[in-house]
Amino acid sequence: MRIVVCVKFVPDIQSDRQLGPDGRVVRDGGDGTLNELDENAVEAALVLAEEHDGEVVVLTVGPDDAVDAVRKGLQMGADEAVHVLDDAVAGSDAIGTATVLAAAVRRIGAEAPVDLVVTGMAGLDGLTSLLPTALAEQLDLPALPLASALTVDADARTVTVSRRLDHATETLTADIPALVSVTDGINEPRYPNFKGIMAARKKPVTTLSLAELGVDPATVGAAGARTRVLEAAPRPPREDRVLLTDTGDAGTRLAAWLVERKLV
Amino acid sequence: MTATPVLVLLDHAPDGTLRPPVRELLTLARTLAGDAGVHGVWAGSEDPAAALDVLAAQGVSTVHRLVTDADLHLSAVLADGLETVAAATGAELLLLVSSFENKEAAARLAVRTGAGVVTDADGLAVEDGRVIAHKTVLAGTWTTRCKVVAPRAVVTVKANSVVAEDAPAGASPQVVDLPVEVRATSTRVRLVERTELAASGRPDLGSAHVVVVGGRGTEGDFSAVEELADVLGGAVGATRVATDEGWIGHDAQIGQTGVTIAPRLYVGAGVSGAVHHRGGMQASGTIVAVNADPDAPIFEIADFGIVGDLFTVLPQASAELRRLQG
Ligand SMILES: Cc1cc2nc3c(=O)[nH]c(=O)nc-3n(C[C@H](O)[C@H](O)[C@H](O)COP(=O)(O)OP(=O)(O)OC[C@H]3O[C@@H](n4cnc5c(N)ncnc54)[C@H](O)[C@@H]3O)c2cc1C
Repeated sequence: MRIVVCVKFVPDIQSDRQLGPDGRVVRDGGDGTLNELDENAVEAALVLAEEHDGEVVVLTVGPDDAVDAVRKGLQMGADEAVHVLDDAVAGSDAIGTATVLAAAVRRIGAEAPVDLVVTGMAGLDGLTSLLPTALAEQLDLPALPLASALTVDADARTVTVSRRLDHATETLTADIPALVSVTDGINEPRYPNFKGIMAARKKPVTTLSLAELGVDPATVGAAGARTRVLEAAPRPPREDRVLLTDTGDAGTRLAAWLVERKLV
Repeated sequence: MTATPVLVLLDHAPDGTLRPPVRELLTLARTLAGDAGVHGVWAGSEDPAAALDVLAAQGVSTVHRLVTDADLHLSAVLADGLETVAAATGAELLLLVSSFENKEAAARLAVRTGAGVVTDADGLAVEDGRVIAHKTVLAGTWTTRCKVVAPRAVVTVKANSVVAEDAPAGASPQVVDLPVEVRATSTRVRLVERTELAASGRPDLGSAHVVVVGGRGTEGDFSAVEELADVLGGAVGATRVATDEGWIGHDAQIGQTGVTIAPRLYVGAGVSGAVHHRGGMQASGTIVAVNADPDAPIFEIADFGIVGDLFTVLPQASAELRRLQG
């Protein structure tokens, strides 16, 4: 079983994240990291590979530093890595990123067939959750998003997931090849150990350009983006804030404040 | 103003009543639609009869009922349906309630039709024929204005972004059946099982105007949280710690990997305000926090913060509110 995991390099959410004048997330400053939610995707793929004697390829699209994201995947135990690096990718929206990832997955699949594409449920920078389904649509694969549980039947060549939505729970199944996105509730990602970190140094990272993928630069990046941020500003601080320590009447004061503010 | 009708997907409960945010989206759609008006899209086998009064009051002229044997809960099938309505009406703007399911269909539609997608918008305008969306990003710390450059736009709108109001003049919505041509590939995913979550008797978490949230500080005793929620007519939410501990269902989890909320009033009790949690609630109108630890990060974003024990503060607030309300 061959699994491709798509991972993203994002600003650490514990850091002071900013938008630049171009409305894009500021990605320098050394606070970048593997998107936390993608660790669950790597973990899910590694578990499946262990169960079904498979191999895991981690794939990312992003600037130079983004190689750190796939390196982390290799340290966790993935077998190889692909980094799509091209200035023309900058400014892509979710659909543009999906276009590039789709081309890269096809390329990886040309070497040996890909059975499963796994992604995290969302990138913690944009949080749109659009990418997994957009990628499946572009690859013409069945999509099983938001898996909180995931099983593969290697003989029947099917994948089954459970997922929770706002008003319902669902079980979905499809033949593989297919695409699955996973939630942070599906597993507990492993920490890379010393052996994994050492082994990762010897694992191959292939760098690919848009030209090598046969992607027209005009269709992706800022040039191909269908949405553009016009303005971005830090949210103004909240005003008239009240902070008090309870000395016996804080509940009563809260009630009065809510009434006064017409919040009840 | 748009020259073609603005489409709104009519999310509804199994009994055929509209989900509350749909009224907000219809109100918003009216401000954008020109004479072409607002059309609804009904996806599902439920009878739209129970929704017609609201749609009439909202001035909706036409409801397109998607007709297919395939399951419209599958995002690819829903996308087939939405594509069919867009083609039939020439509509260039589709609004959906922000939910994971709707975002899945939105992503597919964007890939298929070249539309630009904006998710979690909290305001919309049309300028020079292009959609401009407002949205809050980076865990509620930044606001942005975003233009859809493409001629077609698919926008998911957060609940509580707009105050729902009836149209100045009502309408008598016409329900039109629209057969959907389902692509062969759209039914490759099979829906083995779907279980609707039981209604709690409280307002829906995702769209409630008031949400009272309990965290680890409740130590599993949600009674004070529930009592305050009921006095305020609000929903009950939780942090991931509380859901992981099994104190309350996972569907109550608020945060970046749970439900995203932006109620008028958020009350967090025994909630530290971790960044993962803030990502799902920081856009709330007013934030109240009750926490025993004066250094809890939630106080940085609270409009009204009380350093105290939730087990004394909450019941006292509930009792006082009941007294004030008579
Ligand atoms: C990838 C990832 C995704 C995550 N997604 C989410 C998410 O979507 N939503 C989410 O909520 N979390 C999420 N988390 C978890 C998050 O990081 C925090 O661990 C969590 O939000 C903390 O929950 P809490 O505030 O209930 O608990 P704690 O952080 O333990 O805080 C409990 C607070 O209660 C106070 N307290 C204790 N007793 C009392 C009392 N009697 N009265 C008043 N106050 C009291 C304490 O002072 C403390 O501040 C995620 C984590 C990861 C790694």
